[in-house]
Amino acid sequence: MSASILSADDRAPATAAAPRSRWALSPINRRRLDNFKRNRRGFWALWLFLGLFVSSLFAEFIANDRPIIASYRGELLFPVFVDYPEEKFGGFLARTDYRDPVIANEIRREGWMIFPPIRFAYDTVNRDLPAPAPSPPTWWLSDAQCQPAAAKTGGSRCRDLEWNWLGTDDRGRDVVARLIYGFRISVLFGLILALVASLVGIAAGAVQGYFGGWIDLVLQRFIEIWTSIPRLYLLITISSVVAPGFFVLLGILLLFEWTALVGVVRAEFLRARNFEYVNAARALGLSDATIMVKHVLPNAMVATLTLLPFVLNGSITTLTSLDFLGFGLPPGSPSLGELLQQGKSNLQAPWLGISGFFVIALMLSLLNFIGEAVRDAFDPRKTFA
Amino acid sequence: MSLSPLLSVRDLSVGFRQGGRESIAVDRISFDIGRGETLALVGESGSGKSVSALSVVRLLNYPAAFHGSGEIVLNGEDMLKADEARLRALRGNAVSMIFQEPMTSLNPLHTVERQIGEILSVHRGLSGEAARARTLELLTRVGIPQPETRLASFPHQLSGGQRQRVMIAMALANEPDLLIADEPTTALDVTVQAQILDLMQKLQRETGMAMLFITHDLGIVRRIAHRVAVMRKGSIVETGKVSDVFANPQHAYTKALMAAEPKGLPPPENTEKPVILAAENLKIWFPIRKGLLRRTVGHIKAVDGISFAVRAGQTLGIVGESGSGKTTLGLAALRMIRSEGPILFMGNRIDGHGYAAMRPLRKDIQIVFQDPYGSLSPRLSVAEIVEEGLIIQRPDLTWQARRDTVAAALQEVGLDPAAMDRYPHEFSGGQRQRIAIARAMALSPKVVVLDEPTSALDMSVQAQIVALLRKLQAERDLAYLFISHDLKVVRALANRLIVMRHGRIVEEGPAAEVFARPQAAYTRELLAAAFDHRPAVNG
Repeated sequence: MSASILSADDRAPATAAAPRSRWALSPINRRRLDNFKRNRRGFWALWLFLGLFVSSLFAEFIANDRPIIASYRGELLFPVFVDYPEEKFGGFLARTDYRDPVIANEIRREGWMIFPPIRFAYDTVNRDLPAPAPSPPTWWLSDAQCQPAAAKTGGSRCRDLEWNWLGTDDRGRDVVARLIYGFRISVLFGLILALVASLVGIAAGAVQGYFGGWIDLVLQRFIEIWTSIPRLYLLITISSVVAPGFFVLLGILLLFEWTALVGVVRAEFLRARNFEYVNAARALGLSDATIMVKHVLPNAMVATLTLLPFVLNGSITTLTSLDFLGFGLPPGSPSLGELLQQGKSNLQAPWLGISGFFVIALMLSLLNFIGEAVRDAFDPRKTFA
Repeated sequence: MSLSPLLSVRDLSVGFRQGGRESIAVDRISFDIGRGETLALVGESGSGKSVSALSVVRLLNYPAAFHGSGEIVLNGEDMLKADEARLRALRGNAVSMIFQEPMTSLNPLHTVERQIGEILSVHRGLSGEAARARTLELLTRVGIPQPETRLASFPHQLSGGQRQRVMIAMALANEPDLLIADEPTTALDVTVQAQILDLMQKLQRETGMAMLFITHDLGIVRRIAHRVAVMRKGSIVETGKVSDVFANPQHAYTKALMAAEPKGLPPPENTEKPVILAAENLKIWFPIRKGLLRRTVGHIKAVDGISFAVRAGQTLGIVGESGSGKTTLGLAALRMIRSEGPILFMGNRIDGHGYAAMRPLRKDIQIVFQDPYGSLSPRLSVAEIVEEGLIIQRPDLTWQARRDTVAAALQEVGLDPAAMDRYPHEFSGGQRQRIAIARAMALSPKVVVLDEPTSALDMSVQAQIVALLRKLQAERDLAYLFISHDLKVVRALANRLIVMRHGRIVEEGPAAEVFARPQAAYTRELLAAAFDHRPAVNG
């Protein structure tokens, strides 16, 4: 009788012995996912952001000055992917200008071509502007204003023009196209920077926290000195020596961005390095690297994932502000910061500043909402009673 | 016992709401406590005994907690209907509490004087000289020597026993009718436990207060309580006078609980067996550094010149209170911390070995830690936990062979190998400790350091783990270095005994000898505290 009661402890848990597949979520992760979904704002922000980001990855198919696909004298062409010399169509340029009426008519006569919905790339200059650049959105203009430009293509009213939905910038480039490409480059830059910076920061924090002692002391002091260097001055100095491109900027910003995560990761490693299961792993003879990755790192992941959206936000803001100051991406690149800069110097053209502001605000807000939802999802005290 | 009881709990239920789900922690329990009486609430962890006691003063986390039914009548007043102001007037006044962990129940930023003075000022309006005088009186009463010098002390400057005495002084400050003590001695060393229990008994006699004493330790129940209520899974399965219940338990669970103390004796010491692990004059000194240049001004001698030898198939028990250096000694034997003095494994010196040089030896020297909740990584499945050592130590094994070894190890410790892909949180404390033992056994070690392997477990599970350890030892001729403060468990396992205090050996000898005829005064004190079950007065 007594034996049956005592052995209750050793009976298998009441939950059925359904074998869990390798990729099923553990209960705690399922709870986190539920918590995340329950934050409606963050959940929708994630989908909206993913939708925008994924479609911006295909920007060439949305806004481009070349056709996606064309047929010319029975031959199927893919101008999006391949540069065809203009000789092919009877012209003389090295790269075909498909917007040139002569070429366009030639192709249309011998075949057909399908343009993306917006027929401007980020660097396409619209030569048939109804008003001097920066030209306002086409729907803003009266037919009288459009008349001279429309006449070139045989029309007479605004609807006969190629529309610039949000106008053009001061060099006659379509704002919508620049926003799509600028959004893509900002997010990609931010993602790469945040990921690489996190990797470096986690590694540094892990080494500091796990080994402690002198390593920790020296690295901590080094980081303190390092972060006290004013990064903007350094950037300005460097950009006067090296021409800043995408990867040069990435490298320079990485020099400073990696310190963001060191503190939390170090703290988690300091806490976890004397857990009993870490000691047990040492007693089994596991190497330090294995213990760090397998046993201690998972403890630091919660703190890291919570901070990651905000690091991403910070990276994007840094790039935008550098572009705004003119120390960022090379001239001509589609950049949100540069659009804001144009808005500032062309106050008579409010469509520049407003659309730039709107896209940046939307992007940063979405990321912040996602970040908040992630933070709440990982909060162990959060209950939804 | 007077006619109307001081506290009468009828049909009380406690439930918790979390995430839209409700769970019942306490299911319709009833008990009475008369004036001057001690009722012990006994049960294993999770049986609902603390929750029941906390609901008496409505200290649960409302509204997550709720009472589905019942009434709690204290001095003729229903506590469940009392408003918050009335409850505040009662708490610390008519009813006061002592908690398990005195370090965390005292505010670390308040001195002893402020700590006790606060209660006096809240309920009695005492301040200044009057409060000071009353504080001194209370401190004297709970047996703190030279209380004047202790008034300005902070909690961290007091020992565990002294802290618990301060807690008791706070609880007694307003001469309560009922004292609720929630495992007040569990965090203390055995000898200190005995002193605190004596003190509480003496104070009860002097003041005539009633006590609701929560514990999982039947020895304490027998010693201090008049009546006992046995709880299991939120219900009271048996109540009665202590003497009756112990002499003639009615419910099967009570019987099981009584029978759960580790039983049986180990085989006598056999000095013929080969020595597996030995150390001579082992010293572990931690330097104390001071000043700008971090000069070493002295040492904390955690282990100070200890020699021991563990033989195959034998168990060396190392006994001592917290701070005696026994765990440090165990870690040094594993070469997990630096030490001085030769350590010999199978006749070879290993004390100069670094981490890399120790790696091939790790499969022969294993350890089982105290807390099975802390020693298993929550993110790895049982199979991954157990095979971890095999991956390093037996790289020749194929995936299938490794899985078979894991299955065999789990089988051996009495777990179903089919459960190997589950995660630790799906297992109970006892099962988790079995997993930890399986992890050590999978490597087929020659010697295992057992660092308090039973002290985080419930009583009934302790006995099972002891039986398992004994079985494994017999089958594999294992040597155990068994570190514990629990003499009952040590008596059931150890052939030879070392009693440690302040890093030194107080007494050493064959276990049977030491238990039967302790030589040192300290050993006698320990044994008296662990095995002495004087019945409660007028019980």
